[in-house]
Amino acid sequence: MITARALGKRYGEKRVLRRVELDVPEGGFLVVTGPNGSGKTTLLRLCAGLAVPSEGTLEVAATRERIGYLAHEPLVYRELTALENLDLYGRLYRVSERRERIGMLLERYGLWEVRHDRVASYSRGMTQRLALCRVLLHDPALLVLDEPFTALDEAGAELLDAQLAELHGDRTLLVSTHDPARVEPLATARLRLA
Amino acid sequence: MRYARDVGALARKDLLLELRARDTLPAMLLFVVATFVVFHFSLPAHPSRLAASGLLWVAILFTALMGLGRAFVPEREQRVLDGLVLAPCDRSAIWLAKSLATLAFLVAAEVVALPVFALFFRPLSGHAVLGVALADVGICAVGTFLGAMAVMTRARELLLPLLFLPLAIPIVVGGVGAGAAASPGRYLGFLALYDALFAVICWASFEFVVAE
Repeated sequence: MITARALGKRYGEKRVLRRVELDVPEGGFLVVTGPNGSGKTTLLRLCAGLAVPSEGTLEVAATRERIGYLAHEPLVYRELTALENLDLYGRLYRVSERRERIGMLLERYGLWEVRHDRVASYSRGMTQRLALCRVLLHDPALLVLDEPFTALDEAGAELLDAQLAELHGDRTLLVSTHDPARVEPLATARLRLA
Repeated sequence: MRYARDVGALARKDLLLELRARDTLPAMLLFVVATFVVFHFSLPAHPSRLAASGLLWVAILFTALMGLGRAFVPEREQRVLDGLVLAPCDRSAIWLAKSLATLAFLVAAEVVALPVFALFFRPLSGHAVLGVALADVGICAVGTFLGAMAVMTRARELLLPLLFLPLAIPIVVGGVGAGAAASPGRYLGFLALYDALFAVICWASFEFVVAE
C-alpha cells in the first residue's frame, strides 16, 4: 500500500525528514514514534497527500477518496454543528446512505445527543471524537492518524482501541503516537524517527 | 453534475457560517455606509459625476476587500482547508463556492449601499448598476483566488491588498467608464472580458494554490 525509498522533506533550508524507508502492505499497521520535531507529522502528511517529497520516492496505492487523515487539528468548522460538518464531508466524499452512516458514527462516539450543538461549544475531547467520525465517515482503505489518542478521556481512548482493533487487518493504518504501548498489540511494523 | 453538487454544498456551508457568525456582512455594510456618510459631509455639495463615480468605486473596492480578507478565515482556523483539499472533489470547486458566497455578501452590501449613494450624491444610471454587477464578478473571482494565496502566509492581512489592488485597477477603469462615459457599452464589454479571462485563469490555477 505504501512504499518509500530514501524519502526526505525540506522546508527551505530546514530538513524535517531524512532518508525514510517504508514498506507497508495492504492491511498493515505501522506505528510511527519519535520525539517532538522528528518528522512524524510531516511523514503522515506526505502519506496523506498533503505534502510532496523533496527527496526520494513515495508511492501510495490509494486515491484521495480512499484516504482518511486525522491531523493535530480536527479539520472541522467550529461554527457548524457536528451534524453539519459530517454532512458536508459526507457530500464531498459522496458517502452512500450518508445520514445513516453519520448517525451510526455519532452514536458510537457518544456525540448523538449534542449533534445539533456547535463544535465551538465542545470540549477538546469531544472535538477529537468528531474528528475521528470525520475520518471514518467514508470508510477509507488507508487511515493516517496523527496522535489519535490526544485529548481523549479513558472512555474515548477505549472506543478508539476497539475501533482500531476492528479495522486491523482489513484496512491499512499509519498511526503516530507518543504512547506506542497502547497500539503495540495491533502493530505489524514500527518506525522510529530520530 | 457532481461538480455543481460539490460547489452547492461548499457555498451553502459558507452562507451558513455567515448566518451563524455574522462577522462579514454587517462589517461590510457598516463600512460602506459610513464611507458614504463621511464623504457626504467632507465633499462639496454637488460633486461632479466623475468624482462621485470615483468615490463609489473606492467604497466598493475597499468594502469587497473587507469581505475577501475574511473569506478564508474559517478554513484557516482548525486548518479546515486541509480537509477540503483532501476531499475527492475538484479543488476548483472550493474557489468557485467561496467566490459565489463572497459575491452574495458583496451584492447584499450593495443592495443597501447603492440607494444610500444615490441619496447622498447622485442617482445611478442603469449602465452604472450593470457595471457594478459585472465588476462584482471580477472582484470576487480574483479576490477569492488571492485570498486563498494570502491565507497560507504569515503576512496575510498585508498581502491581500498588495496583490488585489493592482489587479483591481482595470475594474475601476471599467466601472467608472460604465457609470460616467458617454458610451458606456465598451466599458461594460471590457468588464465582461476581464471577468471571463480572470475567472478562467483562477478556476484553472486554484489547484496549484492550495496543493503544495
